[in-house]
Amino acid sequence: MRVVIVDAGGANTGSVRYAFDRLGVDAALVTDAASIRAAERVVLPGVGTAVQVMARLRELDLVDTLRTLQVPLLGICVGMQLLFSRSEEGNIDALGLLPGRVVRLAGTPALRVPHMGWNTMRKVRSSPLVEGIGPGDRAYFVHSYAAPVTADCILACDHGAPFAAVVQRGLVAGTQFHPERSGRVGARLLRNFLSPDFAAGPTP
Amino acid sequence: MLSRRIIPCLDVRDGRVVKGVRFRDHVDMGDIVDLALRYRDEGADELVFYDIGASPEGRSVDRDWVTRVSRLIDIPFCVAGGIRDVDTARAVLHAGADKISINTPALERPALIGELAEAFGVQCVVVGIDSIREADGQWRVRSHTGDPDRTRELPVRTLDWIVEAQRRGAGEIVLNCMDSDGVRRGYDIVQLKAARAVCGVPLIASGGAGTAEHFAEAFAEADVDGALAASVFHSGAIAIPDLKRELKARGIEVRDV
Repeated sequence: MRVVIVDAGGANTGSVRYAFDRLGVDAALVTDAASIRAAERVVLPGVGTAVQVMARLRELDLVDTLRTLQVPLLGICVGMQLLFSRSEEGNIDALGLLPGRVVRLAGTPALRVPHMGWNTMRKVRSSPLVEGIGPGDRAYFVHSYAAPVTADCILACDHGAPFAAVVQRGLVAGTQFHPERSGRVGARLLRNFLSPDFAAGPTP
Repeated sequence: MLSRRIIPCLDVRDGRVVKGVRFRDHVDMGDIVDLALRYRDEGADELVFYDIGASPEGRSVDRDWVTRVSRLIDIPFCVAGGIRDVDTARAVLHAGADKISINTPALERPALIGELAEAFGVQCVVVGIDSIREADGQWRVRSHTGDPDRTRELPVRTLDWIVEAQRRGAGEIVLNCMDSDGVRRGYDIVQLKAARAVCGVPLIASGGAGTAEHFAEAFAEADVDGALAASVFHSGAIAIPDLKRELKARGIEVRDV
């Protein structure tokens, strides 16, 4: 399967590539529209700030390519946040593939921000994307901003307030956690994304 | 609910994992990748690699082993050692590290914290602090601790430095209490509680773990987000699955493996 990882300057592109490698898939790092359009699966990782990753996508002239993609797309961490309409981080317009606005997590003395570590998630809707990931399973999060729980939310997580941990609308999906660093749970999600069943999409 | 993190720390010198007592007399503990995989399998939540020779020797971390680890490991890991500019940090992160930890270089040039946070986001930037209690009862920081002959005593108070590091963009603080490091008599709960009171980002306890009870104290009393240890894990004195069972029995949230 032709899997490409959009190299938008995020620092975790290497680790995401290795995660696919562990699944036996050789994912290429790409920065051009033609390679993205020719792929069967597209991954948009992102460690850094929404402002930087979005600026890099504009610089590479990939915004329209990603907005009009006809194949499954998986955003990871900041990559997932950029699927939404806007981000409070730098007050920017993002890709707008999913409605909603990414906001900063509100910390309290007992709830530290960044939200960093292994957290549990709860199911909001069913989807082949989260097949085999059950209650009590934990994934690794590290972020200060988060997307709201909307109609596109598959798994939700709580850190003071609920936020979206996994989202999907049709062929567009995203994970706030890092599948490349979430052990068995992360590997399962990536395998599900590669599966032909993925295109079936979420069910209510 | 977010779990408390158990973090084995691997001190790296010349591509091997080593461990000393009170930062001296380093003993070879094995190959980096072998140990990393062993801890991953046992249920470590995260790994920290300190290239302990890098900062004292004025060089940056060797990226080859970072890549080797990243290829095989599916849990997060942090790399420390001689990272003193954005370009070096970028290279280490691109090699596959999830976070970078800076200690001596941050003390030498505090603006580095902000530059890294700006470039990669605060979640990537860990500030490691080596702290010691001085005769006047104050905790103060030490730099260049990788080499005892070059360790410097700084006038900076530890609690002030924790506040400043956060203000400049630290996303996590690792507080290594040097008085208790390597001697397995427990974490410095008094100091960690004082640190917790001024630390709004994740705080990791380091130095002194000898028993499961010590971990439980750090989580329950000092409310730290993670606890780091080296020798008790390397020697097999504490097995991570047993430690997690013990913590769970005490009502402390941990990740099952």
